[in-house]
Parts: sequence; structure tokens; C-alpha cells
Amino acid sequence: MSETLAEWETRPAKIAWAPKTFAITFSKSPVAGEGPVLASILVGVTLVFLLLFLVLPLAVVFYEAFANGFAVYWEALNAPDARSAIWLTLTVAAIAVPLNIVFGLAAAWAIAKFRFAGKSFLITLIDLPFSVSPVVAGLIYVLLFGAQGLFGPWLKAHDIEIIFAVPGIVLATIFVTFPFVARELIALMEDQGTGDEEVALSLGASGVATFFRVTLPNIKWALLYGVLLCNARAMGEFGAVSVVSGHIRGLTNTMPLHVEILYNEYNITAAFAVASLLALLALVTLVAKTLLETRFKDALPGKSRGH
Amino acid sequence: MSLAIRRQSILPGFGLTLGYTLVYLGVIVLLPLAVLVLRASSLGLAGLWDIATEPRILAALRTSFSLALAAAAINVIFGGIVAWVLARYDFPGRRLLDAAVDLPFALPTAVAGIALAAIYAPNGWIGALIAPLGWKIAYTPLGIVVALVFIGLPFIVRTVQPVILELEQDVEEASATLGAARMQTLVRVILPTLAPALLTGFALAFARGVGEYGSVIFIAGNLPFVSEIAPLLIIVKLEQFDYAGATAIATLMLAASFLILLTINLIQAWSRRRMGHV
Repeated sequence: MSETLAEWETRPAKIAWAPKTFAITFSKSPVAGEGPVLASILVGVTLVFLLLFLVLPLAVVFYEAFANGFAVYWEALNAPDARSAIWLTLTVAAIAVPLNIVFGLAAAWAIAKFRFAGKSFLITLIDLPFSVSPVVAGLIYVLLFGAQGLFGPWLKAHDIEIIFAVPGIVLATIFVTFPFVARELIALMEDQGTGDEEVALSLGASGVATFFRVTLPNIKWALLYGVLLCNARAMGEFGAVSVVSGHIRGLTNTMPLHVEILYNEYNITAAFAVASLLALLALVTLVAKTLLETRFKDALPGKSRGH
Repeated sequence: MSLAIRRQSILPGFGLTLGYTLVYLGVIVLLPLAVLVLRASSLGLAGLWDIATEPRILAALRTSFSLALAAAAINVIFGGIVAWVLARYDFPGRRLLDAAVDLPFALPTAVAGIALAAIYAPNGWIGALIAPLGWKIAYTPLGIVVALVFIGLPFIVRTVQPVILELEQDVEEASATLGAARMQTLVRVILPTLAPALLTGFALAFARGVGEYGSVIFIAGNLPFVSEIAPLLIIVKLEQFDYAGATAIATLMLAASFLILLTINLIQAWSRRRMGHV
């Protein structure tokens, strides 16, 4: 990959160039670039702002979790309600994430490998859950399956519980994590085109073999990237799940909901102990995501990232 | 599918994958949203208006929209500076900070909520610092703004940062050699180029802020007419079995997010026309 001169000039200097002492490296252009005073102000504002809004919140979670020692921390995580919340969160993610993977693969195959009318409208619809408030996402399932909902009476007659039960939590989780895998794969597979698959097919490979031996290896890093983000949201979702769960301890309480219950009971240490597991999940997700972005940049869609 | 007019391709599986996509999309997303719209339309426009103008609901909507607007504006300024510094400068820890910008995407909102509440509560790390000055952040509308700034930050940075990286520096050099001071170049040359990205980021952060629930409720205090946000009021209405009220608020919020989505698309179309790229 060749770099244009502009890219070379505007990208930050390599770390290796920086002296061992604290130093700010900025524009290498002799005429354009902020002077040392303005530069220091800008960097200072950035550091203070990120310290306030990123570092402190993360630090306070672990500080509060261990405020009363490791034994108390361990006890909080080992409490039966905490354990069932952890188990439910893992279960919900284990159902919701694979379903969204299958959907993401199907949607990306149809959208990226074929041309058809209404494609961009379909992509907009797939992205729709990102612009719906989590609480509204929960509400729509209550309106559909709740006691006063559209299918409420029918479900009651057949003794099926969805709202205030695990199926509702799974549905709400699927909704809020719906676009993650699909949007990564659609973007990448549209870039990749259909050449590789056409070669495989014309050499006599079956459609299924082509998918598993040509397409899947081509998209595996983007798939993993989408799954990471999807899983983090699935395990951490609060608003949508809160509406449909009913907060029944030991039964329909996921980890984020359990954090809320403990916090509202002024059981602050236990709340932060459970929260620290979720924060750890976030950190692992961020590290894995950053690794993928730096190591496999070419295997990920090249568009600017959001979400 | 009759609506799908596809060009000849030797690749298999179009019908199967598109069919599955449409069914799954329909069942998970479109049908539930349609039920919401159906419920709302049974209230009628007048009924919707009556509910929306109930003082408590009106206050909650005003709180949600105005504070999300304020937080997005703060983020445009500070998130813009963060994006500029991360893209243009280098210093020890820059890559770490760059990765950390995505924390609000990755950290569950409930965790962010209790963490921010703990920091800004009167006995918290920052709350205790400002308490002697008579300032209070947690359990006031200011606390809501803090939570929404946290949630919105990555939207601005991740929208603006790639555009900064793609800027051609010759333009800045030309501006400088023509005698512009650096501030003039920043404000009159660079800022207009970044405007579409800043606006898009602003709209994304605003949209997210209006609907945000988890990170806000712990720090907000949730006092009706003062610090009660619209998503919380939906839950309150549901708990009172006031389905019509919950539906009306949800419909208004849904309509607002579609409007914002439309605006973002218009901004991007405008930017493409003006710049030849996004």
C-alpha cells in the first residue's frame, strides 16, 4: 500500500521518534501547525477531558468494588442472586449473538453479493434499531406480547410467558444488537465483490463449499469484530431488558439489572463488584477490538467506525 | 421475490438469504415497531397531542431534548478538540487514549451510570471537590448532561477523526503562506471542511442522548418536572399500566429519531455535493 504525500504529512509521527522524556510531537510542516502554546492548550484540554469522562468512571468502578477488601468482593459475586444473574446474562448472549450472526451472514450475502432494487432501503431498515431508544425497544415487545398486548390473550390462553420471562429478555437483546454483525459484513463484502466466489464456483465447488472455504475465510476478522461489539452490547444491555424483565431476582435478572437492584438497595460495594465484571468485559472488548483494528486493518471494512 | 429485480449472477442462495433476511427483519424489528405505530394511530392525532401536552410529559420531553442538545454541543467542542489532538499530535499514551475513546460504546450503560453518580455525588471524587463552592452536579439536570456527554463522546470523535486524517495539509500551508494566522486558518479554512462531520457527529450524539436511559437514571435524581427524562417516564407510565401514555411518548421519540436520521442523511448528501466526498 503506497501512501500519498498528504497522508504521510498529516498522520502522527511514529512513537519511536519521540524522545524518552514526555514530549508532544506535532505538525512537521514548517508553516502550518499550532504554535507551542496553542498546542499545549489543546493537548491539555484533551487530557483533562478524557481523564474526567473516561479514566475516572472506569477507575471508580474498581475502586468501589474493592473498597471493602477482596473477601467482600468475592462474597458479592458469589451470592446466589449474583450467580444467577451472571448465568442469565451468559445464556441470553449465547442465544442472541448466534441468531444475529446467522442473520448478519444471510443479510450480507444477499445484499453484498447481488444487485436488486430497494437495497439501500433494506440497509436503512437493518440499521433502524440503532436509532430507537432502548426503552422504546422494550416497550414494543410489551405492546406485542404483554398482558394487554396484541398477542397477550392468546399467549395467556396457551400458558406461554414472554414478557417478564427469559424469552422477552432474549427478544429485546436481539433487537438492540440486531445491526452489529450485519453492518460490518455488508460493508466488507461489498468491498470484496464476487470475484473469488465466481472462481470457486466455476472450478466446480458447490455453493456451500464456496461459502465455507472462500467467503468465510475472507470475512472472518470482520465477523469477529462484529461479534465482539454485538456480544458486548448483548451482555451489557440495560434499558430494553429492564422494560421486559420484571426484575424477578434469581429468575429474570441479568447482570446490569442486578447492578441496579443492588445499587438502589444501597448495597454499593456489591453493585460495583458485579459492575466490575461488566467493566472487565468492556475492557477485554476494547483491547480485542483495537488489536483487530491494528493487526487486521485490511480485513475490516474501511469506512469510518461508529457504535 | 417480486420486488427484487436482480441481475443475473452465478452465485447461489439469493432467494434463501434474502428471504431469511426479510423474515427475520420483519419479525424482530418491523412487526413490533408497526404495533407501536398502530397503537399510536388508534389514539388519533388529537389524542396524541393531548397526552404529549400533559405538563409532566411535556416537561420530560423538554428535559430530554434540551439536555441532549446541550450535551451534543459540549461534545462538538471538546470531542472536536479530542479528535484533532488524537489525529494530529503524538505524545506518550496517545494510542491508549485513542482506544479508550470507544469506552462509552463498550461499557454497559448501567455501569457508566453508577460510576458517574459515584464520582459526582456530593461525597464523590469530584462532587466533594465542588461541594464547598456550593455546586451540585449529581441529582440535578447538570448530572444528566454529564452522563450524556459521556455517552455521546465517541460519536463525535469517531465521525470527525477520519476526516481530519484525510485533510490535505497543503491547504493549511497555502493559507499560512498567504499570511493567515494559525487561528484564522483553523477557523476559516479547517473548520468549514470539518463542518459536515461535526454536524453529523452532533446529530448522532443528540439522537443517542434523547433516547439514553441507563447511564442517566442513576445520576439524574429523577425528580418530575426537573430531572425526569422521557425514557424514564415511559417506564413510569408502563408501571402504572398507562399504555396510551407510554405509547404516545415512545411514538414522539421515534418520530424525533427518524427526523434526526433524515437530517444526518441530508447533511451527508450536502457534504458529498460540496466536497465530492463524505
